[in-house]
Amino acid sequence: MLSFFAKLGQAAFGFFAATGRISLFTLQAVRWTLLPPYYLRQLGRQIMDIGYFSLPVVGLTTLFSGMVLALQSYTGFARFSAEDTVATVVVLSVTRELGPVLAGLMVAGRIGASMAAEIGTMRVTDQIDALDTLSTRPLQYLVAPRLLAGTICLPFLVLIGDIIGVLGGYIVGVFRLGFNPGIYLARTLEFLEISDVMLGLIKAAVFGFLIALMGCYHGYHSGRGAEGVGQATTNAVVSSSILILIANYIVTALFFG
Amino acid sequence: MSPSQPKIEVKHLAKRFSEKQVLADVSFSVAPAESLCIIGTSGCGKSVTLKSILGLITPDSGSIRVDGVETLHQSRAEREEMLQKFGMTFQFGALFDSLTIWENITFRLRQKTPLSKAQAQEQAAEIIQTLGLDARVIHQYPAELSGGMQKRVALARAIADKPEILLFDEPTSGLDPITGGVIDDLIIGAVRKLGATALTISHDMASVRRIADKVAMVHQGRIIWHGDVAQMYDTGVAEVDQFVNGHPHGPLTASQTQHTG
Repeated sequence: MLSFFAKLGQAAFGFFAATGRISLFTLQAVRWTLLPPYYLRQLGRQIMDIGYFSLPVVGLTTLFSGMVLALQSYTGFARFSAEDTVATVVVLSVTRELGPVLAGLMVAGRIGASMAAEIGTMRVTDQIDALDTLSTRPLQYLVAPRLLAGTICLPFLVLIGDIIGVLGGYIVGVFRLGFNPGIYLARTLEFLEISDVMLGLIKAAVFGFLIALMGCYHGYHSGRGAEGVGQATTNAVVSSSILILIANYIVTALFFG
Repeated sequence: MSPSQPKIEVKHLAKRFSEKQVLADVSFSVAPAESLCIIGTSGCGKSVTLKSILGLITPDSGSIRVDGVETLHQSRAEREEMLQKFGMTFQFGALFDSLTIWENITFRLRQKTPLSKAQAQEQAAEIIQTLGLDARVIHQYPAELSGGMQKRVALARAIADKPEILLFDEPTSGLDPITGGVIDDLIIGAVRKLGATALTISHDMASVRRIADKVAMVHQGRIIWHGDVAQMYDTGVAEVDQFVNGHPHGPLTASQTQHTG
C-alpha cells in the first residue's frame, strides 16, 4: 500500500517537475522570440517548411474530411428530413473544428517530429554547444524562429484547409447527393459568420505554437544517441497531439456562446 | 594582465551528476601562449572540465579564472564577452549540418560584423586554403566531406575570429595516424600564428607528444600528475606511466571499472 502511494507521489512530482521545466523553457523561448537579433533567414526557412511543404498533407486531409462529413451528415439528417442542412453542417464543422484540429494533428506529426529530430541531432552532436561557444544563443537561433513560424503558418494552412474542406463537401453534395450547386453554396454561406472562421484561426495559431514548442523542447532536451533522438521525436508528436486536443477544448470553451 | 598571470586558472573544480562524482578536485593553470594537454581514461571528466571552462556546464564548486577574471556566476553578457576570447573544436566537429562550409567558418564573424556574402566567402576560402583544403569546398555541406576534412573545417571555424584561447576536444579521434599527424601540424601552426593559449583533451599520446608543452592527467576526478611533455614517459606515477605507455595491466584497469565519470 505504501509503495503504491510512493509511486503515486513520485509520478505527481515528476509531472509537476516536467510542467515547471516546460513552463520555464516557454518563458525563455518567448522572451528570445521578442528580443533582437532576429534570424530572418531561419524564420524564412521554417515558414517554407511548416507552411508551404505542409500544404499537400493538410489539403488532402481536409478535402476527404469534408467529403466524408457531407456523406455522413446526409445519411444521419435524412432520418429526420433535415438533408438541406448538410452544407451548413459541413462549413461550420470544418471551420470551427475539423479544419484546425485535423491540420494541427497532421502538422504535429510532420513538423513536430522533424523539429525534435533536427534539434535533437544537433544536441547529441554538440552543435547546440557549438552555437553557444560561437556567441549565439541557441534558444534565439533555433527555437524562436520555429515558434514564430508555427504560430504564423498554422492559421494560413487552416484557412486554406477550410476552403478545401468545404470544397470537398460541395463536390460530394453536388455530384454525389444531387444538391443544386447554387442552393448548396447559398446554404454554405447563409449561417457562416466571420467569428466561426476566426475561432478556427485562433485555435490554429495556438496549435502552431504548441507544436513548435513541443518539437523544440523535446529536441533540445534529447537524450544521448540515436535512441535519445528517437524518444524525443516520439515524445514531441505525442505531447503536441495531446496538447492540441486539450487546448481545443479550452479555446472552444473560452469562445463558447 | 601581469606577465606571470595564468591565462586560464582552474581551482578545486568539483562536479557531480546524480550519484556520480565526475570531478572531485581539479586544479591546474595554463600560462599565456602555452599548450596544455589533459589526458585521462574515458569518462574521467576531461570533457566536463573543458565544458565547465566554457560555461556549458556549471560546476558544483571551485573557481575558473580567465585572464584573472572569475568566470563562474558571470552574467550572460559577461559570459558572451568572455567567450569571444575562445575558439573551440569539438570531438566530432559539431559543424552545422544545414549550413555550407563557408557559412560554418564565418558563423561568428558574421554575427559580429556585417559581411557581404562575397566577403564572407573570400575570408572562408582564405582560411581553408591555409589549412590545406581546396577553396572550392566552401560551397559544400559538412556531410559531403570526409572526417579529416571536417576536422579541418572545425579548426577553420575555431580560428576564423583569431581567438586568444583555443580549446580542442579529441582533435585526432577517429582519424588515421597520417591524417591525425596533419591535424596536429595544423593545430601547432594555428596556435603559433595566433600566439594563442591552447588547451587540448586527448587520448592520442602521439598527438599529445607533438602538440603539448605541458601535460596533466585526470584520474578519479583529480589531477594526479602535471608536468612537461618531455617528462611524460617516466613520471614515477603508476597510473600515468600505465596510461602513457598503453599497458593493459596496472592500477587503471581495476579502478576504471569502479569509477566511470
